[in-house]
Amino acid sequence: MRKPWEITIVAALLVFILVASISVDGFATGRNWGFLLLDLAPIALIALPMTLIVIAGEIDLSVASILGLSSAIMGQLWLAGLSLQLIVVLVPLIGALLGAVNGLFVTRFGLPSLAVTIGTLALYRGLAFVVLGDRAVADFPFGWTGGSIRTIPGTPIPWAVLLIAVLAGVFALVLHFTPIGRGLYAIGNNAEAAAYAGISVGRTKFWLYVVSGAVSALAGILWTLRYASARADNGTGLELQVVAAVLLGGVSIFGGRGTLAGVLAGVLLLGTVRNALQLADVSTDTLTVVTGVLLILSVVAPALTRLTPRLRKASP
Amino acid sequence: MKPRFVPLALAVVLALAGCGGTTRDSGNDSGAAPQASGQADPNAPLKTGLKISFLPKQVNNPYFTVSDNGGKAAVTELKGEYKEVGPSDANASSQVSYINTLSQQQTDVIVTAANDPNAICGALQQARTAGAKVVTFDSDTNPQCRDLFVNQATSEGIAQNQVKLISDQIGGTGKIAILSATPNATNQNTWIELMKKELQKPEYSKIQLVTTAYGNDDDQKSFTETQGLLRSYPDLKGIISPTTVGVAAAARYLSGSQYKGKVALTGLGTPNQMRQFIKDGTVKNFALWNPADLGYLAAYAGAALASGQITGKAGEKFKAGKLGEYTIGDQSVVVLGPPTVFDANNIDQFDF
Repeated sequence: MRKPWEITIVAALLVFILVASISVDGFATGRNWGFLLLDLAPIALIALPMTLIVIAGEIDLSVASILGLSSAIMGQLWLAGLSLQLIVVLVPLIGALLGAVNGLFVTRFGLPSLAVTIGTLALYRGLAFVVLGDRAVADFPFGWTGGSIRTIPGTPIPWAVLLIAVLAGVFALVLHFTPIGRGLYAIGNNAEAAAYAGISVGRTKFWLYVVSGAVSALAGILWTLRYASARADNGTGLELQVVAAVLLGGVSIFGGRGTLAGVLAGVLLLGTVRNALQLADVSTDTLTVVTGVLLILSVVAPALTRLTPRLRKASP
Repeated sequence: MKPRFVPLALAVVLALAGCGGTTRDSGNDSGAAPQASGQADPNAPLKTGLKISFLPKQVNNPYFTVSDNGGKAAVTELKGEYKEVGPSDANASSQVSYINTLSQQQTDVIVTAANDPNAICGALQQARTAGAKVVTFDSDTNPQCRDLFVNQATSEGIAQNQVKLISDQIGGTGKIAILSATPNATNQNTWIELMKKELQKPEYSKIQLVTTAYGNDDDQKSFTETQGLLRSYPDLKGIISPTTVGVAAAARYLSGSQYKGKVALTGLGTPNQMRQFIKDGTVKNFALWNPADLGYLAAYAGAALASGQITGKAGEKFKAGKLGEYTIGDQSVVVLGPPTVFDANNIDQFDF
């Protein structure tokens, strides 16, 4: 077994879905899955570039703030009379720019990405409040806001999921089937060696942050339309859920290891657990505790599964 | 972005800018508002066994714990199934998954206080399509997203109450000041305007409102603003602070100063914050709606909706247990009533 943790997490997901379908009323309905997938859409979306970044040995904690700032900018542009068609093109470009700032600090100045993106986490959220204050812009046309939650005819699957599926396909292709993807693993395992092997470490990382910014902004647009409300505090704290899902999905926080399929299973597992426990009337406080335990397990367990074969080999 | 992509991207943006598209001015096709439908039967019996669920702005918030317990008492009287669920943070969108869950559980009535008037609208509409009745309390959503809003108090009711309280305490004559929250807080400004109007009545002709200070709903700032008021107007007789942060900070300043017992203070405050100042004589009385009654009324309104006694149209009447009969007003709003006044005699009956 080459990917023991990924297999574990997918199995855990399937078992959990099976158990919940039998024991939790209202879980295994199309409508509930529609709700569930919509709730997970922004997390899944941002988890795609995050997976690549963490595999390359870095992190981006500013994603939720970019989401909020994009939402605020979207609201302000709408108030200024720009068309939504233009806004949905402009906002991801601005997101790319915000990501480029992260990238610049990490690659050009060689600063640790944890520190840089904690800084921009605060900075971008602050800017969001500068842009929109504590107001909410909510007069987006119903055709757009309603459209964001509409499902593919005949199925309970929201259109947004289709968009994520396509993007996930692209990211998986790049990560697992191109030299760029192999380069990311190499950088994550040993950046110095990767550089000697001819991989342009700085440029690769820079573009990862640009993509992360653009995708976070896209998530901001989806968020704003889904909740019909552009606000500076949209998505507060979402970065932790994204990082959690990525780690639960088997990506090593030290870089160099992980798959996109594992991450998507991680996103789904966290989401289904929350959803099923909510339906079973488990209190919010307990829910938070359960999520926390799951996350600790997600960091400890893969490390253990990797450690045990080595220990076995080491023992006489 | 590589140089050769830049002109391309610019071209795309410019092309899009040129071709119009959906703008704010192009007429808003806001979703059709479902009107109160069906025929109300005022004599329909209240159903038993109704699932009535409370979704506050956030759980573990003392104010909502009290109001939800009021709702619980009502649901017990109604022989229904009570439940309280909610997020641990008061974010705009965090209530949505709870609404979806409730609708999935076939709840008959959802009673909620909205963190954002728009963000939960879509989810509430879906829940209503699935058969739930939606009652908002404390903080309303857009009117088309709920069946009924239970308002804690009207702005007029608050203004009249506050002016009456301060007038009684200063004997109907003298200078007063207002300590507000932020200069652009909508509800504060509405109340202040209405208080000014109220003060023009003949019975208040000897009262002079000298200024309005702003404590920004910040404890420290409210404290120093109170200090400043008394320095600028040494002959000030009374202060109205219609904000819970302001009135508590002002009371704290007065209780430790030479003005204790000499300068009257009233406002909108919570019993737990104000208890010590009532006990030590700094404050004679203050007001707020009773959150337990608010939850109680909301639960009864929900049961009346789910039983078909009312549909939410203006003019319909329903009975709310111990609180008596209520009539629905414009925009499907029910008003709880005049604010409750707290003083040394009754403050120990309240814990919130």
